[in-house]
Amino acid sequence: MKALRYLVPMALLLALVGFLGVGLGLNPREVPSPLIGKPAPAFNLPRLDEPTQTLGREDLLGQVWMLNVWASWCAPCREEHPLVIDIARRKLVAVYGLNYKDQTAAAQGWLAQLGNPYRANLVDRDGRVGIDFGVYGVPETFIVDRQGVIRFKHTGALTPEIVRQRIEPLLKELQSAG
Amino acid sequence: MIAELGHFSLWLAVGVTLLLGTLPLVGAQRGRADLMALAKPATHLLLLLITISFACLITSFVRNDFSLLNVASNSNTELPLMYRVAASWGSHEGSLMLWLLMQAGWAAAVAAFSRHLPLPVQTRILSVMGLLTLSFLLFVLLTSNPFDRIFPVPLEGRDLNPQLQDPGMIIHPPMLYMGYVGMSVAFSFAVAALIGGNLDAQWARWMRPWTTVAWAFLTVGIALGSWWAYYELGWGGWWFWDAVENASFMPWLVATALIHSLAVTEKRGSFKSWTVLLAIMGYSLSLLGTFLVRSGVITSVHSFASDPKRGLFILVMLAITVGAALALYAWRAPKVGLGARFSMLSRESMLLANNVMLLVATGAVMLGTLYPLILDSLGLGKISVGAPYFDAVFVPIMAVLVFFMGLGPMARWKNDSLPELAVRLRWAAGVTVVSAALTAWIGGNITIGSVVGLLMTFWIVSSVLAELWERVRPAGGVQTQVLHRLGQLPRATVGMMVAHLGVAVFVFGVTMVGTYDIERDVAMAPGDSTTVNGYTFTYQGTQDIEGPNYSAVRGHLVVTRDGKLVSDMFPEKRIYRVQRNPMTEAAITSRVRGDLYVQMGEPIQGNTWLVRIWVKPFVSWIWFGCLLMALGGVWAVTDRRYRVRATRSESAATGATASAVR
Repeated sequence: MKALRYLVPMALLLALVGFLGVGLGLNPREVPSPLIGKPAPAFNLPRLDEPTQTLGREDLLGQVWMLNVWASWCAPCREEHPLVIDIARRKLVAVYGLNYKDQTAAAQGWLAQLGNPYRANLVDRDGRVGIDFGVYGVPETFIVDRQGVIRFKHTGALTPEIVRQRIEPLLKELQSAG
Repeated sequence: MIAELGHFSLWLAVGVTLLLGTLPLVGAQRGRADLMALAKPATHLLLLLITISFACLITSFVRNDFSLLNVASNSNTELPLMYRVAASWGSHEGSLMLWLLMQAGWAAAVAAFSRHLPLPVQTRILSVMGLLTLSFLLFVLLTSNPFDRIFPVPLEGRDLNPQLQDPGMIIHPPMLYMGYVGMSVAFSFAVAALIGGNLDAQWARWMRPWTTVAWAFLTVGIALGSWWAYYELGWGGWWFWDAVENASFMPWLVATALIHSLAVTEKRGSFKSWTVLLAIMGYSLSLLGTFLVRSGVITSVHSFASDPKRGLFILVMLAITVGAALALYAWRAPKVGLGARFSMLSRESMLLANNVMLLVATGAVMLGTLYPLILDSLGLGKISVGAPYFDAVFVPIMAVLVFFMGLGPMARWKNDSLPELAVRLRWAAGVTVVSAALTAWIGGNITIGSVVGLLMTFWIVSSVLAELWERVRPAGGVQTQVLHRLGQLPRATVGMMVAHLGVAVFVFGVTMVGTYDIERDVAMAPGDSTTVNGYTFTYQGTQDIEGPNYSAVRGHLVVTRDGKLVSDMFPEKRIYRVQRNPMTEAAITSRVRGDLYVQMGEPIQGNTWLVRIWVKPFVSWIWFGCLLMALGGVWAVTDRRYRVRATRSESAATGATASAVR
């Protein structure tokens, strides 16, 4: 029995190699979310640029909008940011940001440096609203329709393929639905 | 032709490593001196072949041979010569060539400086290193050949990534790889000892200097990387807990644990199987880092272009290398004796605590790094674990570690008593609390983090001083002996003290930057000025300049303090002509008391720019601390007891040759 102890490192190695092996075959892909088809959770959060003003779910009803969850400490956010800027520049949809568990100064600096595509940013300092949205990591991206129902969710950095193949057709459909 | 020569040398090297990895090993098991004698010449030949190959690669870069895919993708005729040379290890393929060169270099160093080792031990070590080189040679040749040609030959290359066009980038990878690959020496010593069954204090003494040197290189390499990120990436930070940084940090943590556990194994014969396991882990984590950086399983700001096929190759390589070592461990380690016993309170137990904390830290970093990957393989999506997690987990672990760092060197081997230890450290503890309180009071802005950081800093400093005093204190009341005894201190002890002071300097820098860092974004028109923390920054305007392969807008700020000129700062915003990448080049004025860091943001209108200004107190102490740690390590390696043996056998060997000549 005592000798078995010396096999523990080996077992750990095998488990690690197993995970790495599976990880190798994976692509960042969409995760089914229980929130899709459900109304977006209610929120009322201060704006990053104007902390005295708040923005709530009701303020955004009647338009199709995109919620991009980001933070200045998040490396993949930096990576996907040009795509978010591109979406905003092409006026595909109204883009709102959820600044998740971040410091205000750091977040503002990040936007100043990389560009600010957001119509407004909601400050979710303690991550409470993030929990309601089922955010378990950053970045995440949601699309909400005119009735305030979540229609799409992507976990992880956006890629040009996802924008072209998933987001653009969905937006076209939602916006033509009147 | 040159490229073909390089390619051919690599294949010849494969043949040499096949030979080196088999025949001498068999010879060592059967006691055949003729087979064992092959190991050294084969190692030298290996170094020669890989050096030729690497020289061929550099030549192709210098001569702008764009018929090589690697040169065409990473160089350009406008690239300055210095960077064309550095570009040869800037890409994935080239960096592996550098790895190979280092691997062969370490093996040759072992062959040259291990004449005092028994022949079978020396042979086994070289054989294992040969096998490790073989795996990397195959990786290069089968998946990442830097000598691949392209047709049609492009007229111009795509240029080196602008972020890599920096002096820091020329020395950072070689230093880091010296550390990574240096861990393979400890690994080979461990595997050789498991094969030969000679795990003892003697073995630990042989292995210690190698491990310490590799650790020192790793320390400098990581510090350089951090420094490079600080001034080149322009985010104003010095550590980002990025996957690639973590990949280099994990082997460092384990190597740090290893040099401490080797101390116990050498002095007391304990911790033997634990030391072996750490030696195996150190190199395994270097391999894991290689995998993470090059396979694309984890998103990072500075990973290489990813390719799952390469990832699979490294994963298989890692599984075989580490699996074989751990299998050997599971088979041999149960027979290793436990060594001398020690009590709950002794230097051994303090070093055990050090090891446990360092491994907990490694585990925490690994969890944070791999958590996104594990979630992904369970089908839960890709996420990022960021600095908030690492900061929250890491600081408490470090605080405990530093506490033991003060106790450890003061505790006696085998058995100590708590009251005695407390008496020896009471002054240190008092001084720590008073100095930390005083510094926090002078600095203002007292936070939990700053107080903890200051306590850590002063605890290290005062416990090192207490130890020094204990060692040089005049025994019979004769004052003149103090200096004499100071000179008599063993270099290993002095090295340890210097390295520990390095930690104090590092922690101080981190604490000061973390607490008193000031950042301002200011829109400035020419003539405007702003005052940050007593420094007045006056913006003079911008001018357009042309670099060798970029165009830039250069801002000019004059910094004054109390009416006296401090410095002229020239932050730039560059556009590299080939890759069209905008790059911000921050201007930094570095002083002992802190850095001024200025970056051009965006033009607002006309000559008005958004300028970002940081005042970072004591930030350079972070890297200076790392340098001190490395220096301490190098100093410890020059200790007499490592040299005495070498000199003796050297003179014996010289004597033998001399008599043979006669």
